[in-house]
Amino acid sequence: MCLAIPMRVTQVSGDPDDFTTSQVATVDADGISQEIRLDVVDRWPEIGDYLIIHAGFAIHTLDEEEAKANIELIRKMAESMPEELLR
Amino acid sequence: MKYVDEFRDSALARPLLAELKKSCTRPLRVMEVCGSHTMAIFRNGIRSILPEGFELISGPGCPVCVTSASHMDAFIAMADQPGVRVAIFGDLFRVPGSTGSLANASSRGAKVDIVYSPMDALDLAAANPRDLVVFLGVGFETTTPGIAATIKAAKLRKITNFTVFSTHKVMPPPLTALLDDPELRIDGLLCPGHVSSIIGAGAYQVLVDKYRLACVVAGFETVDLLNGLILLARQVANGAPAVENTYPRAVSWEGNPRALKMVAEIFEPVDMEWRGLGVIPESGLRIRPDYSEFDAEKRLDVVLPEAEEAKGCRCGEILKGKSSPPECPLFNTRCTPANPIGPCMVSSEGTCAAYQKYGGA
Amino acid sequence: MSEKTILLDHGSGGTASQDLIGNLFLKYLDNAILHGLEDSAILENQPGRLAFSTDSYVVDPIFFPGGDIGKLAVHGTINDLAMRGARPLCLSLGLILEEGFALADLEKIIASIAEASKSSGVPIVTGDTKVVPKGKGDKIFINTSGIGIVDENLDISSTRGRPGDNVILSGTMGDHGITIMTRRAGISLQGRLESDTMALHTMVAKLVAEVGDGVHTMRDPTRGGVATSLNEIAASCKLSIELKEEDLPVTPEVRTACEILGLEPLYLANEGKCLVIVSAEQTQQALAVMHGCREGAQAQVIGRLIEGPPGRVVINTPIGGSRIVTPLHGEPLPRIC
Repeated sequence: MCLAIPMRVTQVSGDPDDFTTSQVATVDADGISQEIRLDVVDRWPEIGDYLIIHAGFAIHTLDEEEAKANIELIRKMAESMPEELLR
Repeated sequence: MKYVDEFRDSALARPLLAELKKSCTRPLRVMEVCGSHTMAIFRNGIRSILPEGFELISGPGCPVCVTSASHMDAFIAMADQPGVRVAIFGDLFRVPGSTGSLANASSRGAKVDIVYSPMDALDLAAANPRDLVVFLGVGFETTTPGIAATIKAAKLRKITNFTVFSTHKVMPPPLTALLDDPELRIDGLLCPGHVSSIIGAGAYQVLVDKYRLACVVAGFETVDLLNGLILLARQVANGAPAVENTYPRAVSWEGNPRALKMVAEIFEPVDMEWRGLGVIPESGLRIRPDYSEFDAEKRLDVVLPEAEEAKGCRCGEILKGKSSPPECPLFNTRCTPANPIGPCMVSSEGTCAAYQKYGGA
Repeated sequence: MSEKTILLDHGSGGTASQDLIGNLFLKYLDNAILHGLEDSAILENQPGRLAFSTDSYVVDPIFFPGGDIGKLAVHGTINDLAMRGARPLCLSLGLILEEGFALADLEKIIASIAEASKSSGVPIVTGDTKVVPKGKGDKIFINTSGIGIVDENLDISSTRGRPGDNVILSGTMGDHGITIMTRRAGISLQGRLESDTMALHTMVAKLVAEVGDGVHTMRDPTRGGVATSLNEIAASCKLSIELKEEDLPVTPEVRTACEILGLEPLYLANEGKCLVIVSAEQTQQALAVMHGCREGAQAQVIGRLIEGPPGRVVINTPIGGSRIVTPLHGEPLPRIC
C-alpha cells in the first residue's frame, strides 16, 4: 500500500550504529535527487547502491543480483511462448 | 528509471499475458491485499484484459480506507483545536469523517500541513515552537519504521512540541480475521510488495499452512504484476499452495530486521479498530510509555467519539472483499470522488476510487 | 520612494499611489497608451471580431524556477486569447498587494511583466493597484485581461471536434505543476524542474495561417492538466477521446518527481503548452508548422477523437489494456499510498 521507488546512492553520511548522528544519503534517479534517511534501511549502503525509498526513508536496499536474475527468468518465460499463442 | 523500466517493458507483457491465459485452467478468485496493487492493476490496464475466470477482489490493504470513522473524527477535532497544527500525508486530506474532512477543517482555519515525509513534520515542529504539531499516523509496516525513526529523532533532538497520533496497523492479523470467515471464498492472495520488504515474505507462511492459500509476493510494475498473477494461477491449478516471492529485488524471506527493531523500540501492539472489520486484536500499534511525551492521544487527552457509518455505505463489505463497488447503491450516484461518502471512494487507492477512475473502458 | 515595503497608502489613490506608478510601473511598463494614465485606454478599431479574456494569478511561491507570477500572468492571458485563434492586442494589469509586501520583490515582478510583454509584443495599456491590510492577501494577486482580434471566418472552439480528428500536444506535460509542487515547503527534490511558462501566440498565428480551417479546437491545459482539458473538450463536442499512453511526452525528471510524490503528469498544470484538435488530413501539416517553432519543437499526436459516449476519455496502455481518464476533482496532492 505504498509508493516506493528505487534510487541510486550518491552520498552517505552518519554512523549506522549511532542514532545521534544524522543517518542520511543523497539518492538520485533520472536527474532528480533528494536527501533521504537511513535510520531504518536493512543494510548500510555504499555509493552506487540502489535503495527503495518510501516517504523520505530507505526501507530496503535493492538486490541487483536478484533483479537481474528475476528479469532473466521472466524473459525466458516470455521467449518460450510459442508464436502462435500470441495472436 | 533503472530497475523500474525493465519491469514495465511492454514487449514482455504480451507473452506474459498469453502465459497468464494459458495458466488459468480453472476459475480462481484472488484477493489483492494491497491498495497500491489495486491501483496498479487498474492503471496498467491489466484489469481490462484479465483472462476470463480470473477474478480479482480487493482487500483491506488501503490504510486510509481502513481508518475508522471515529479516528477520522478525532483527527478533525484535533485539527480544530487552537494551538495545534496537524501534519498529514496528502492521502488523508479529503477523507470524510462523520461531518466533513480535514480539507473542511482547513477551510475554517485549522492548520493542516501536507508533508511528504514524517521528518518534514518534525522540522515543522522545530520551526514552529509555539504550535503543538500532531502527525496523524496512518499506514502499514512500510510506513511505521519511518514514523518510529522520527519519534526517536524527536527525543534525541529534544523537540517537545512534536507528537504522533498513531492509528498504525499491522498486516497479517486482518488477513486471518478475514480468512476465518467461512463466507469468504478465495484461492489465493496477491501479497503486498513494500509491506513485505519490512515483514519478509516468510510472514505469509502461516496463511499457507492454516488456510492452504496460494500466496505470491509481487511488485507493482506491469511485468511484476503479470508474473505474480501467473504464479498464482499455476499454484491454484496445481493445487500446491506456497509462499512465492516474485519481488526478490526488494523483498527477502526475513524482511528488514533493522526496521522491525526500530518499530519495536517505539511502538507496542494494541487492539485496533478497522473500518468495516471491527476491532481486531493486536492489529495496531501504540506508542510505548517510554515515548509517551510524543503520544498525541496522551498529550491532548483524546476521547474517541462514537462515530456512525453513513447509511447505505458498503465500504466495510468492500474492504472484506464481499462486495464490489458497482454493488454498492451509493457508488457513483451519491458517492463520487467530488462528494465521497466513504473512504473507499476518496482514498487515492480505495477500491471505489480505482473502479470509478479506471474502471470499465 | 524611501519605504522598503508596500503600505496601505500605496493603494489609496493619493500621492503615494502616484509615486508608485510613476517611479516603478512606468519605469518598466511605459508605452504611448499607458503613459497617458487615463481612466481608460482607447484602442483603434481593427477589422475582425474581438476576443476578450481574463485570468487571475495567485500562485504560491511567487518566484519559481522558469518564471514568476508576473510572467505567468502575461503569458496566461495571451495564451487564452491565442487558443481561440485571436491575435492578442493588449493587456490590462490589476494588482492586489498585501500591506508589507517587499518593494524589491514587486519591482522584480514588474520588471518580469515588462520583459514578457515586450518579448511577446503585447503591451499593457491600462492598470490598477489596490492594497489590502496585512493578513488579508497573500503578498500579491494579479489579474490580467486581454483583448485580441479574430479573423471573421475563423471559428476555433471546443464544439468543432469531429470523429477522426487528431489530438496534438505541443510539448512535455506537467513541468509547471510539478515545479510548483516541489517548491512548496517540505518537498525538497533537486533537479532540472522548471516551469514551462511561455507565450504561444506566435506559433498559433503560423498554425492558423497555414492550416486554417483544419484547426478545430485549441486549449491550453493549465489547472487540472491535459486530462481535465480533454474531458472538457470531449464533453463539449459530445465525442470520446482515445489516448495512447506511450505517446504522452514527459521529461524523465518530471516523471521521476511524479513517481516519488505519487502524482500523475496528466493532471498537472502546464503554462506553455497547448492541445490542438486538428483534422486528420491536415495533422502532418500542423505538426510541421509546430516543429518549426521553438514553442512546438516537441509537438506530437497523443490521441484522437472517436465516436463514443460523450465526454469519455480513454487511455490505451502499452500492454493493450485500457482505462478511463477522469477529470481532476481537486488539487493534486503528494501521497504515500
